[in-house]
Amino acid sequence: MKVLVTVKRVIDPYVKIRVKSDGSGVETANVKMTMNPFCEIAVEQAVRMKEAGTVTEIVAVSIGVTQCQETLRTAMAMGADRGILVETTEEVQPLAVAKVVKAIVDKEQPKIVIMGKQAIDDDSNQAGQMLAALLGWSQSASTSKIEIAGEAADVTREIDGGLERLSIKLPAVITTDLRLNEPRYVTLPNIMKAKKKPLETLKPDALGVDIKPRLKTLKVEEPPKRGAGVKVEDVAALVAKLKNEAKVI
Amino acid sequence: MSVLVIAEHDGKQLKPGVTNTIAAAGKMGGEITVLVTGHQCKEAAAAAAKVEGVKKVLLSEAPHYEGLPAENLGDLVKGIAAQYTHLVAPATNFGKNVMPRIAALLDVQQISDISSVESPDTFVRPTYAGNALATVQSSDKIKVVTVRATAFDAAGEGGAAPVENLPAGADLGLAKFKGQELSKSERPELAAARIVVSGGRGMGSAENFKILEALADKLGAAVGASRAAVDSGFVPNDYQVGQTGKIVAPELYIAVGISGAIQHLAGMKDSKVIVAINKDPEAPIFAVANYWLVEDLFKAVPELTAKL
Repeated sequence: MKVLVTVKRVIDPYVKIRVKSDGSGVETANVKMTMNPFCEIAVEQAVRMKEAGTVTEIVAVSIGVTQCQETLRTAMAMGADRGILVETTEEVQPLAVAKVVKAIVDKEQPKIVIMGKQAIDDDSNQAGQMLAALLGWSQSASTSKIEIAGEAADVTREIDGGLERLSIKLPAVITTDLRLNEPRYVTLPNIMKAKKKPLETLKPDALGVDIKPRLKTLKVEEPPKRGAGVKVEDVAALVAKLKNEAKVI
Repeated sequence: MSVLVIAEHDGKQLKPGVTNTIAAAGKMGGEITVLVTGHQCKEAAAAAAKVEGVKKVLLSEAPHYEGLPAENLGDLVKGIAAQYTHLVAPATNFGKNVMPRIAALLDVQQISDISSVESPDTFVRPTYAGNALATVQSSDKIKVVTVRATAFDAAGEGGAAPVENLPAGADLGLAKFKGQELSKSERPELAAARIVVSGGRGMGSAENFKILEALADKLGAAVGASRAAVDSGFVPNDYQVGQTGKIVAPELYIAVGISGAIQHLAGMKDSKVIVAINKDPEAPIFAVANYWLVEDLFKAVPELTAKL
């Protein structure tokens, strides 16, 4: 079966971000960018399914600026067979992402779409569930285990109280949580190989999709800073502070 | 204006966070209706009817709503959405699963995880692990919103809303509920606890978490963990506090053996008082702590438990 995976280019999660002084957004110029960690887990899952013989072809999709080609090359170095970049410099909000990916799904006809559960920049956690809705497919969000069983998949989802098990009909959209797998590191030979894999570039217009944002960002601010704390010398001093100063115990 | 709150419950009670969501809905303006769907959930509907500010409760029961599946719930809510200006749910795993599905069916761009209601169409939401607060304005006719429960005080009791039956929608047959494995604990729920004691990689093993549990029991606290502790298998996934885990804001948060990665801070830095215990004097967690103690946790934690 064919699997489609989506990869988003984001600011490296270990970089301390800087809010622009004019409140228009977050500084992205000259900041280290990388593949969204949950998308890495999605690619890894697809590659493992291919290695296990369940999957025959992996198509990686990204939406954004020209540099997203690098993110797609990384996905191909991990094991994706080809890449599609829907190129735009506009802000693409989750509903628009879902519409773009739906247009590609209509063309490519995969059996499963695997996406990260959330991107660590916007923290929306929406696109996968939205795509499932637009396609009328079943969904498994925040997934930590996938077993394909014929025309269905047995999945385990991470929920607030623990774990939930579902059997979902295929085709389906699956979003990944942290415990699904540990993504591999890409090797130099695989990076070289990835350079030769096909990468197609499209414009959103060509897909007939309106990506105009529905949410207008009025301003972006830094959160209020916490006041400086104090170091306590020992446990007795800590207990005294909590009882007499903070009065929380 | 009229707001529909989609309730998360266990059949008998509302989940923590729902009353906070109802309070947030109150700030959006208009009458509040609460939708309780599930398989045998009359008691939860009765609980919703008692929440202050609720005008009406809709109860929709069917076996195919067991486990609150996004596909069938999405279909049900789509059918009644036109009567409301706002559809709201807590930004828990339930809300994250169901609400985007509803939003897309209505061709609406959802607003996730709001921490403030500025006006009926303008909201504040944390992005970048809480390091940037974005104020966003929606141009959609219906606003689909999930609410960060810790940012709103819970609505009280005192309501007496009528409970009306809403006929169940179709079973789309896309997903079959097979069961849940829930962590059993006598301790308070992490998201609702007044005190949280969390352990990180420094705990070293699942066995060692017992010393944190002893401290938690002395304080009547919930036990949480950093991602590192969950990934190492010390505790189950539902213990995780952080950007992609649970967001908590208790009166007292005690971080033990947690270095303080950005992703962890995102889940707890709105706590009122933060205590950090770590033997590394350079641990980043100290930057957000009100009180910090540089000491070996295996000595400090039992001593703290004994002194309380």
